[in-house]
Amino acid sequence: MAKYVGKVWIVGDDVDTDLIIAARYLNDSSEDFLKEHCLEDVIPDFHNKIAKGDILVAGKNFGCGSSREHAPVAIKATGISCVVAESFARIFYRNAINIGLPIFTAPEAVKAISQGEEIVVDSEEGYVEQVKTGQKYEAEKFPSFIQEIIEAGNLLNYVQRRVQKND
Amino acid sequence: MTITEKILAAHCGLEEVKAGDLINARVDLVLSNDITGPVAIKEFRKLGVKKVFDRTKIAMLPDHFAPNKDIKSAQQCKELREFAKEQDLTHYYEVGKVGIEHCFLPEQGIVGPGELIIGADSHTCTYGALGAFSTGVGSTDVAAAMATGEIWLRVPSTIKVNIVGQPSNPWVSGKDVILALIGKIGVDGARYQSLEFVGEGLKHLSMDSRLTICNMAIEAGAKNGIIAVDEITKEYLKGRYHKPLIIYESDEDAVYDREIEIDLSTLKPQVAFPHAPSNTRDIDNVGEVVIDQVVIGSCTNGRIEDMRIAAQILKGKRVDPYLRLIVIPGTQDVYKQCIEEGILDIIIDAGGVVSPPTCGPCLGGYMGVLAKGERALSTTNRNFVGRMGHPESEVYLANPAIAAASAITGKISSPEEVE
Ligand code: SF4
Repeated sequence: MAKYVGKVWIVGDDVDTDLIIAARYLNDSSEDFLKEHCLEDVIPDFHNKIAKGDILVAGKNFGCGSSREHAPVAIKATGISCVVAESFARIFYRNAINIGLPIFTAPEAVKAISQGEEIVVDSEEGYVEQVKTGQKYEAEKFPSFIQEIIEAGNLLNYVQRRVQKND
Repeated sequence: MTITEKILAAHCGLEEVKAGDLINARVDLVLSNDITGPVAIKEFRKLGVKKVFDRTKIAMLPDHFAPNKDIKSAQQCKELREFAKEQDLTHYYEVGKVGIEHCFLPEQGIVGPGELIIGADSHTCTYGALGAFSTGVGSTDVAAAMATGEIWLRVPSTIKVNIVGQPSNPWVSGKDVILALIGKIGVDGARYQSLEFVGEGLKHLSMDSRLTICNMAIEAGAKNGIIAVDEITKEYLKGRYHKPLIIYESDEDAVYDREIEIDLSTLKPQVAFPHAPSNTRDIDNVGEVVIDQVVIGSCTNGRIEDMRIAAQILKGKRVDPYLRLIVIPGTQDVYKQCIEEGILDIIIDAGGVVSPPTCGPCLGGYMGVLAKGERALSTTNRNFVGRMGHPESEVYLANPAIAAASAITGKISSPEEVE
C-alpha cells in the first residue's frame, strides 16, 4: 500500500460534482478534456496550477450531487494523488474507489491543515501527517473488501479476476 | 429489519442483513443514460466480456442531451444506440419513445416493488416510491453489474421520516415535503443512509408526489428513499406493472438511526434559495425575487400531476413579458396526455414554450441555459453554482404551483397572488 506526499490544495464544504466538473463538459468523457475543466469554478486554471502528486483537501460532503464518474476521473487526470476530506458523498466515494482515486476521511486533519503546506498520507497505517510539525491525525481505513478493490487497482480489475475465475 | 434491509437480504441470499454489512447483491435492473452510459460501455469493453448478463435487465435511455444537442452529444447517443443494438437490449428507447429516465421507468411499469435497481444516475433513488430499493452508482459500477449482474453495497442505516397531518395549504405537494426535510437535515443529513417515509400523512400524497419525494432523497445525501406499498401504490401499478408484486414492510422492532417528523398541516410551499437545496424558506418569507426564467419539468416534477397544477394556475393568464417559461413534460405519454387535456394550449396561450421530453436545462445542457447574472425558478432538484448555466447565474427550487404563479408575475410568487 502506498504513502502519498504532496502539497495541499484546499477546497471547502459541500463541493458538488457540478463544481468538480460542470455538466456543460459532459458531452466528452476523455481524460484530457475533463482535466482542463476540473474545479475551474473553484480554483481557476486548477490543472495548470497544481503539480503532479499534490493532494486535494476538502471539507465535508465532498462530491455531493450527480453520479457522474467524470468527477473523480477529472481529479485523477489532473495529477492529484489523493483526496483527504472531512467526509465524502456516497456516490463519489464509490466512484473514487471504483476508478482508483485514493480517498481518505480524516476530519481532524482537515481542520488542522492549511493551503500550500506539505502532508503525508499513509494508507496502510491510516494517518495523515503534517510534514513541518510531524503532527499525525487518524485517517479512516477501508473495510477489507474495499481494500481488495483498491489493491486490484480498480473495480474492473477486481471483477475481471472474479469473472475469469468463473470461466 | 427495515424494508431496505429485507430487500437487500433477499438479493444476496441471506436471511438477515444489518446496517454496515457489506454485501454483493443481485440486481434486477441496471440503468444508464447518454452521459454515463458511454463511460460504462467503455469500461464494460475492458472486461473482455462479450455479452451482458441478461439483456432484459439493462436499461439505456438517451435523455440528458437528447434529442442530440451538439455533435459530441450525438456521438454519445450513438454509442448507446450501437451497444443496445449489439446486445439486443430490451430496454433501449429511442428519441420519440423515450422520456426522462426516472419519469419513464415507473410510468412504463419497468420497475416495481421489492426490486433492486441500480443506475448510473444519482436520481435512481426515485423508484423507492414504489417500494423498491434503488440507488445511484457510477459508470464503472454499471459496467461491472452489466457483466456480472451484481453490485457491492454497504447496507445503510435508516432514518424514519414520519409524515403526519393533512395539508392545509392547497398548493403543498411532495416537493414541499422533501424540500422541508432537506432544509431540516441539510444536504448531508442522510449521507450513506436510507430515508424511509411512513405515517398517516402519506395517504394525502399521490404517487406523483411520492416519486418527487424519493427522487430528491439524494439531495439529503441518502443512498435511497423508500415508501412501503399501499393502496395508492397498487392503484398506480395496476395495468402498468405485470410482474407479481413483492411487498415488504418494516418490522415492529426494526432498528432506526433516528426519527424526524414532517407535519403536513403546518407545511407551506417551500423555496430553496441558491446554492443548495437545503437553503429553504417558506413561500411567505421569500421577499421580492425577480426572475428571468421559469422551468417546469425534470425527473422531479415532469409528471402529469405537475403539468395539471401548472395549467390550473396559468389558465387564462399571460406570462410576464420579459420572462421565459419553459415547460418540459417528462415523457411522451405525459406530453400526449397534456395535449388531450388541453394543457399545451393553456401553456402556449399563456406565452410559454413546450419542449419534448429531455433533461435539457436541468443540468445546464440546453433548451434554457442561463446567462451571467440571470435567475431562474425551477421545479428541478439542484441549485448548485452553475447548475443551469453561467457560474454567476442563480437557481431557485420550488413546486410547479409556485413556478407557474411566478411565471405570471415575473417574481417568486404564491398562486394566491395571481388569482
Ligand atoms: S432531469 Fe435533471 S436531475 Fe433528472 S435525470 Fe435529468 S439531469 Fe438528472
